[in-house]
Amino acid sequence: MIPPAFEYMRPNTIPEAIALLQQHGEDAKILSGGQSLIPMIARPAYLVDINRISGLSYIKEERGFLRIGGLTREAELESSPLVRLKYPILLDTAHVIADPQVRNLATVAGNLAHGDPANDHPATMIALGAQVVATGSAGERIIPIEEFFLSLFSTALQPGEILTEIRVPVPTVKSGGAYFKLERKVGDFATAAVAAQVTLDASGAVQKVGIALTNVGPTPIKAKKAEDFLRGKKLDEATVRQAGQLAGDEAQPSSDLRGPAEYKKGLVKELAKRALSRAAERAGR
Amino acid sequence: MATKQMVRVKVNGRDREAQVEPRLLLVHFIREVLQLTGTHIGCDTSHCGACTVVLNGKTVKSCTMFAVQADGGEILTVEGLMQNGNLHPLQEGFKQEHGLQCGFCTPGMLMSSYVLLHNNPNPSEEEIRRGISGNLCRCTGYQNIVGAVQFASAKIEQGKMAEGVAK
Repeated sequence: MIPPAFEYMRPNTIPEAIALLQQHGEDAKILSGGQSLIPMIARPAYLVDINRISGLSYIKEERGFLRIGGLTREAELESSPLVRLKYPILLDTAHVIADPQVRNLATVAGNLAHGDPANDHPATMIALGAQVVATGSAGERIIPIEEFFLSLFSTALQPGEILTEIRVPVPTVKSGGAYFKLERKVGDFATAAVAAQVTLDASGAVQKVGIALTNVGPTPIKAKKAEDFLRGKKLDEATVRQAGQLAGDEAQPSSDLRGPAEYKKGLVKELAKRALSRAAERAGR
Repeated sequence: MATKQMVRVKVNGRDREAQVEPRLLLVHFIREVLQLTGTHIGCDTSHCGACTVVLNGKTVKSCTMFAVQADGGEILTVEGLMQNGNLHPLQEGFKQEHGLQCGFCTPGMLMSSYVLLHNNPNPSEEEIRRGISGNLCRCTGYQNIVGAVQFASAKIEQGKMAEGVAK
């Protein structure tokens, strides 16, 4: 679609970009991968293209965190040996986002900052207990991912801030995660999807657990009841089934073209079971 | 009217430049400014992949990118596949294996397959299907497209072996 006219700006540094965003306030929007922004009809008067800012594209472990730069593309997650080896849940997620061409441009940070509950990384990052770094004129501020998604298309990012880094705690031994999504066809948003990340203790009981749901509510949903239920328990079949039931109850889907609400709740139940079982396998149950 | 911006790109090996409005999509730049109409506009909403081109070695949907974003980059379109009057092995494969019927998706399919084979010269059937998963075809059921890519993969391999013998 041919969009209405806008002014285009291409800063080379983060401070330049922040200055432009502050100058134009609510009229300005950040252009990152652009794969959600460009197809949207509503358009800002100013687009601040941050793609030429150097040093924002990386995937590395440093000081206790996996750090994903603000301009890291989904395709880079897919091709990262570190992600493949230690963060299979991120690989699961990147694989089912849109399609190869879109993943070449789409950024992980943009997938979060867009605030779309149908996006896939929000649930994954909630399950992983990630943090995001928001950089503004006053410097950096760390936002826990649970506090990041406020409502539909609305996040804790302020107009003059850029999401410059995502931090995922480096998993300890006996940790594993998985992301299961049902989509009608390649490239579609999830009918429903579930992310699960577990850490087991020496006896095989759940020490830490994160479960989150995609596209079954106005924001990604952290399945707290299922998480509470699982702590201290071994992930046997009955326990996993019960956790899936609880997660299904926590979903708040609406009926739409992808299916009736009841069906989506049932789907969450099943996907949660599968995600938890795979996570447990990967943790070395 | 927004401030026009200069876009300088190398397209199929040739330097091209133009002053464009920022809102001009890359696909419109390629088709209307550069007059390279081999790249198709299908859905215009980032779903179908008919507009796929190669930008700096990676496939992108040129309907979901502004021309100004490509400034300084290198673009390969379907017009750039033929070399010295010879069809690219992929083009030959699509012809030999009936990898198209109406042909509308073909330019995008070719560009996705081109990058796929560049990164993975001997893909499995699953890898081929994954590689073209961002391109919709409504005629072939994909089977013959997979065959066309396999044809090209084998042909490129043979070419390399022949070159090796010649040396």
